[in-house]
Amino acid sequence: MKPPPFHYHDPQDLDGALDLLARLENAKVLAGGQSLMPMLNMRFALPDHVIDINAIESLAFVRESGSRLEIGAMTRQHDLERSAPLRRLCPLMVEALGQVGHRATRNRGTLGGSLCHLDPAAELPVVAAALDATIQVKSKQGGRSIAMADFPAFYMTPAIEPEELVTAIEFEPWPAGHGHAFIEFARRHGDFAIVAAAAMLELSPEGTISRASVTLGGVGTAPLRCHGIEEQLLGQHGSAALFREAAEANRGIDAMDDVHASTLYRQHLAAELTGRALATAFERAQERVPA
Amino acid sequence: MTDRRRIALTVNGLQRDGEVEGRLLLADFLRHHLGLTGTHLGCEHGVCGACTVLVDGQATRSCLMLAVQANGRSITTVEGLAPDGEASHPLQAAFHERHGLQCGFCTPGFLMTLVEFLEENPEPDEAAVREALSGNLCRCTGYQGIVDAALQASASLRETSGQ
Repeated sequence: MKPPPFHYHDPQDLDGALDLLARLENAKVLAGGQSLMPMLNMRFALPDHVIDINAIESLAFVRESGSRLEIGAMTRQHDLERSAPLRRLCPLMVEALGQVGHRATRNRGTLGGSLCHLDPAAELPVVAAALDATIQVKSKQGGRSIAMADFPAFYMTPAIEPEELVTAIEFEPWPAGHGHAFIEFARRHGDFAIVAAAAMLELSPEGTISRASVTLGGVGTAPLRCHGIEEQLLGQHGSAALFREAAEANRGIDAMDDVHASTLYRQHLAAELTGRALATAFERAQERVPA
Repeated sequence: MTDRRRIALTVNGLQRDGEVEGRLLLADFLRHHLGLTGTHLGCEHGVCGACTVLVDGQATRSCLMLAVQANGRSITTVEGLAPDGEASHPLQAAFHERHGLQCGFCTPGFLMTLVEFLEENPEPDEAAVREALSGNLCRCTGYQGIVDAALQASASLRETSGQ
């Protein structure tokens, strides 16, 4: 239960980190360490080099640029919880953050670290998918942007090259007054969700649903956007019956079967939590409380 | 692989240093290099919370941080709550009075988690205390005594700071 031997590097700026990534074989990037450190301790990860990017202050920020919100990859989860622009513009992420691990892990854990670790049940990748976020990556060769929908390559593996580093995510926040809800079922508060559901709804002046985002976590290897349900809700008047009926579609989704829960149980949770998340998001949209 | 580094940090108000391998955990540096064995290691993968210490005032799992990452930082361990010769910290006194510990293995982690929590939330309700403690495991008392102790300590800390 101790990390295997590795060469430790702590570049002081982004160029230094990208240079190391380009040069070193079998290197792992150490962000907040709340996932990589357990994997090192248990020797699931056996890197020859660990590149600690905690000294790179330019990677920790929350920035409004035009209509977009940009968040640095090394922004700590606890700092995000307290970020005024995030609380105002993206209450969905704030609600999800409250369910990410525990206070002591959020003090170190980062947004970029959670996205790159890409645990199927992690909250922040679900939020990034719900928001149609864009992931910014850099390497010595330059930078590129990856849509969150294309970011997961396969199980716990992002679609980035070994020499690339995730530097930020950005998205266009929904207008003030949209409704949101992030609901998960876990055995203990702070555990990984067995299933999580994120919903956002925007209402037209007539009170019908003009925009919907529904995303599940914990059912497959990557966050699952429920486009069918989203389309079904458009133009409708929200009601408990409508949300329950729409959410029923998730009873038929392809869901994982593992030691924590069976496929059948996950399908049940997916339908139930989707219905609840939609109902809560709708209630908040009606109250226009950007909680 | 022998790349070792010199680190210098403040631990419980004292300047300490050491020469460490990159892979050495902060928890093991505290325990084996500095002899501060009050910080306990339970699971060594961030689940049990027994190794929680304060890093620049923030509760942190010392099994999920490398000693080299603590270079230049200020660490507080359970030994720093009531240095030799001083009366118990109000939290420690409350744990004693409310049967907040039995074997004591998990206690340092609970105490350090609560120090940060009560500083930010001087007047918590029981639900907030339970949520704050959700990242710490106790395998003997159950949690009722610990929650009672946290609430009692918050009251006595408020009294002290009000004076």
